[in-house]
Amino acid sequence: MADEKIKKVSIICSKGSLEGIYPALIMANGARMEGIEVNLFFTFFGMDAITKKKIKKIKVATVGNPAMGIPTLIGALPGMSALATKMMQKKMDQLDIPPIDEFIEMISAAGGKLYACKASVDMFDLKKEDFVDSVERILTVGDFYALSTGGQIIFT
Amino acid sequence: MATKEYAGKTVNVTDDGYLTDPSQWTREVAQAIAAEEGITLTNTHWKVIDFLKKDFAATGALASMRRINKTGGIATKDLYEMFPDGPLKKAARIAGLPRPTSCV
Repeated sequence: MADEKIKKVSIICSKGSLEGIYPALIMANGARMEGIEVNLFFTFFGMDAITKKKIKKIKVATVGNPAMGIPTLIGALPGMSALATKMMQKKMDQLDIPPIDEFIEMISAAGGKLYACKASVDMFDLKKEDFVDSVERILTVGDFYALSTGGQIIFT
Repeated sequence: MATKEYAGKTVNVTDDGYLTDPSQWTREVAQAIAAEEGITLTNTHWKVIDFLKKDFAATGALASMRRINKTGGIATKDLYEMFPDGPLKKAARIAGLPRPTSCV
């Protein structure tokens, strides 16, 4: 068991901020690059990463994020989040880390499977059409566990 | 460091099988490494290998999957079909280039 290679992962993306979404996408893409089977499950605000209207508008949280090193009141100023996002995106582009919409397409092209969470979809009044085309379908938690059989589950 | 024999030629390789001396790479060596990976090289495989080598010579770094797509014009989906279970790792090894070090 200990020496066995990971063959399959199911990654849950539950946060809708830039720094909340990227780790899930990087782990999913990285898994495919190692030949690991990937299911990527989007829930709550994590669904912004696959929602057509939101996918290009994802921002870094500058409030309530002590690691940013910006006092909350400064972080709350208009434009702060947009500025921090822009700076981070620029750096990521230099490192060849794609923007979220392109990254989602890349993971899908790599054979990673994308799913939206039924409970969140109902809660936010969304439909399959609200998601980018690479989303396979909307899953219940039960479906998700069934799909994840025999693999590791990672929550982000 | 280890040595290995490919296509009747002795080459220096790292522990995980990547060539350490690019001058030891030949197209025949590439074919032999590919065979070890279970891949038969076709024209489209060569397009990827040639791009990686050319790009490495120009930039000094192994191209990322995104760069192979954007600059090399090869679809990500095709890369996964050509080099199953680890496209960049396998393509780099066959091209005689270093192991990928980036997370993307």
